[in-house]
Amino acid sequence: MINERVPVVERILGANERLAADNRARLDEAGVFSLNFLASPGAGKTSLVEQTVSRLAGQLRLAVIDGDIATSLDADRAAAAGATAVQINTGGDCHLDAVMLQGALDVLDLSAIDLLIVENVGNLVCPANFALGTHRSVLVASVPEGDDKPYKYPGAYRGVDALVINKVDLLPYVDFDMEYFQRGAAALNPGLATFPLSCRTGEGLDQWLEWVTNMTRHFKTTRGM
Amino acid sequence: MSRSINRSTAIIMHELPVTESLLEIALRHGRDAGAEAVTDLHVVIGELSSIVDESVQFYWDMISEGTAAAGSRLHFRRIPGRLGCRTCGNTYSPREDLPCPACGGVDIEVLAGEEFYLEAIDITATGQTQREPA
Repeated sequence: MINERVPVVERILGANERLAADNRARLDEAGVFSLNFLASPGAGKTSLVEQTVSRLAGQLRLAVIDGDIATSLDADRAAAAGATAVQINTGGDCHLDAVMLQGALDVLDLSAIDLLIVENVGNLVCPANFALGTHRSVLVASVPEGDDKPYKYPGAYRGVDALVINKVDLLPYVDFDMEYFQRGAAALNPGLATFPLSCRTGEGLDQWLEWVTNMTRHFKTTRGM
Repeated sequence: MSRSINRSTAIIMHELPVTESLLEIALRHGRDAGAEAVTDLHVVIGELSSIVDESVQFYWDMISEGTAAAGSRLHFRRIPGRLGCRTCGNTYSPREDLPCPACGGVDIEVLAGEEFYLEAIDITATGQTQREPA
């Protein structure tokens, strides 16, 4: 019997990353631009999905994939707002991964979709580790959560392409130092596209919708679609 | 109404799929090296990778049971986080602050701490490797 050490050096999440690349290729081929929404529970991901879907439904064909530990309440809200909606109940898992997204893509007619929004499970730690294959990630923060979130969840803030700061209508009522918050976000992610808005009052939504529309159109134009 | 896809598992930690992935990699490399058993795994975890080694350990015995890695030991090598300021060149720990503590700069890069990989395995082998001849 021989005892020996075998060098391995293999990334432990490599399998998920390969599947995420497959998902991306599939979305690219079908001409579907995709966003992954990350947030803490209660930040307003579903409200932002509703607003985005109902305001863009006339211009873009939208689909929403909703990750939740249980229930289809969020997907029902997205469907009511005018999107094709699929719910993934993770059965307890704290995040969506590339396999779950693959299963959801299987039940959608990708040729009939311009923009796909994936609403990840409400959690700032785990989803940041699991690539899905979506084109852009959006972190939905909110004023009542506090201004220290970038400092507590650097992984989530580092990996995203846009930041929504929801519930700005509550700024007069809570201790939230916007300068401190944005300094933390800027340190982790310089030049991050940031959208302070309120899903309740509609303030700031136009800039956000313009970004989403432009990103989607740019994606399709560069593919000759 | 929306459509639903339900998974049947009921475990609430991302370390479970992580641990399954770890087992798959260890068994595959063990098999390639002609291992009878995998006795030790050497895992590198960066401080910023949000993987909790206690949780990986928690799932390990359960998941590896009945495989060539049953009863094996996990060894974790922790890599401290290290940030670098592109403005003044200072390097510092993310525990100090996120903006550069020396100049207040916010153009920073992660120099270390995001690692998460299996570095090596220890195996017992019969001496006959199953590797295909080159």
